[in-house]
Amino acid sequence: MNRVYLSHNSIVSALGFNSPEVVRKIAQEISGISLQNDKELFPEPFYASVVSSEKLEEEFLKLNPKKAYTRLEKMMLLALQPVIETSNVQMDEKVGLIISTTKGNIDVLENKSPFSKERAYLSALGKEIQDFFGFKTEPILLSNACVSGVLAIAVAKRLIQQGIFSDVFIVAGDIVTQFTLSGFSSFQAMSSQPCKPYSKDRDGITLGELSASVLITSNKENLCKEAICVLGDASCNDANHISGPSRTGEGLYRSVSGALQEACLSTRDIDFISAHGTATLFNDEMEAVAFNRLSMQDTPLHSLKGYLGHTLGASGLVETIIGMHSLAQNMLYTSLGLGSMGVSLPLNVITKPEYKNIKTFLKTASGFGGCNTAVIFQKAISC
Amino acid sequence: MKTNFHIESYCSIKENKVILNGDLIVKIDVKTYSEFIKHAYKAIDIKYPKFFKMDNLSKLAFVAAEVLLGKEPTNENKNIAIVFSNKASSLDTDRMHQETINSPEYYYPSPAIFVYTLPNICMGEISIKHKLLTENSFFIFNHFNAYYLHAYTNSLLQNKKTEKVLCGWINYDGEDYEAFVYLVSQKGYWQHTTEEITRLYTI
Repeated sequence: MNRVYLSHNSIVSALGFNSPEVVRKIAQEISGISLQNDKELFPEPFYASVVSSEKLEEEFLKLNPKKAYTRLEKMMLLALQPVIETSNVQMDEKVGLIISTTKGNIDVLENKSPFSKERAYLSALGKEIQDFFGFKTEPILLSNACVSGVLAIAVAKRLIQQGIFSDVFIVAGDIVTQFTLSGFSSFQAMSSQPCKPYSKDRDGITLGELSASVLITSNKENLCKEAICVLGDASCNDANHISGPSRTGEGLYRSVSGALQEACLSTRDIDFISAHGTATLFNDEMEAVAFNRLSMQDTPLHSLKGYLGHTLGASGLVETIIGMHSLAQNMLYTSLGLGSMGVSLPLNVITKPEYKNIKTFLKTASGFGGCNTAVIFQKAISC
Repeated sequence: MKTNFHIESYCSIKENKVILNGDLIVKIDVKTYSEFIKHAYKAIDIKYPKFFKMDNLSKLAFVAAEVLLGKEPTNENKNIAIVFSNKASSLDTDRMHQETINSPEYYYPSPAIFVYTLPNICMGEISIKHKLLTENSFFIFNHFNAYYLHAYTNSLLQNKKTEKVLCGWINYDGEDYEAFVYLVSQKGYWQHTTEEITRLYTI
């Protein structure tokens, strides 16, 4: 089976509008989360990682838009543009577009939105992105809760290996809205402080918004310097509860086992884990159980939610992109927000940036509906 | 691409009818979706009280899955992946959640509604009922897309990620509903090809 690579990439977020800038801030332990006081969005002040509207408008105008686009569309177009440009891939019937999002343009359902409510259909969002860049194939929208961003990579890999595409551009994005703030708040899942993954005093998630994009390709020519390849992936539902993770971490355990098996690797070959770490009591505990069952409690691990918040359908993709840069720079980045360890089993949470020769990492994600996904990546030069 | 996978069985649900492998198994003359789906649930003889808590999309997916998997023995080693798609995502429930937050004077978001504002929740419900610790993917297309579903399902089967795939289209939007779900495996009467999937979907 042909190897599949992740290459040119981009991030539009509170920490910056390109991947190197975001990664530089993460290396310096700078968070994009800040206190928001916007009664239009939520009745009380809340913490979130949000994209500056002024900067978004300013950058978006440089793309010379010919019509009105929603906030999420602007973010997605801005993330995709440099990836398409630097990759030099010509749009034809073998070039795919995968869009990963949980809620898409959900803000058009608000009474004050100037856009038609039809724009809430994810296929309408897909059409805008497709038309802007002239993709010749129908976009594939993936909406699989919080595993969407990392599952999108597995989907792209499979469709390339089936011969459907030679190259796939993935763009992932979700925004902070009335909709998600009110919903997670009704679940009592929102943190009253910037989220603190795995910490004893953690009390829930901090929402974030961003878009991220990456080229997935079977072509080894013209890869960027931080390119990585996919060694193995697996997904597994807990079949346990629609809104809570399995207490035994069964689905995550099986996902990681399946990904290792496909990669023909053992847990010792994994240099670090980019975990989900939402900072809810149950999620972080479930991960600790699953990683201990896998005997991975000593593998360095971080959650990046303390920098960018939980960006839902974008989280898995942006965290993978940061993992690419982590490998390229041989740096392990801090899991921001850890006070004293607050899960019942040991985990080797990274507490300060560390230079280390690394080549392989595991990305995991879990979400509502009981879904779990694990993907193993390696530096492209090593595979 | 030539493969040897087959469609074991298929089920379509629309216009007050449930059809299994081309045979009409449920038909009733009612005005609303909620009356129809409750009738279908009773007619196929399921006892699963959680059904009544589900949203409209999950009820539709649940009944379709029950028609195809209801006779399969339940055990944790059953390896059936789920690959669903639709046009309206979870918009029906999304609109309900938005209604609860539109006015500051009347603000009552509910976790029981919010949890269903993701399309993949319906696959979680099916996984719980049938103990499917397997792969789930939910795609959104403007129309039923046999080409992508076929390729993705073949990839799961060829790479031995699963033994069977429960695959198809589950759309609920306003009072508009349509399900077309089929089970793909090594054996079966119908060839698993884009043309055959399209033919079964359109008859």
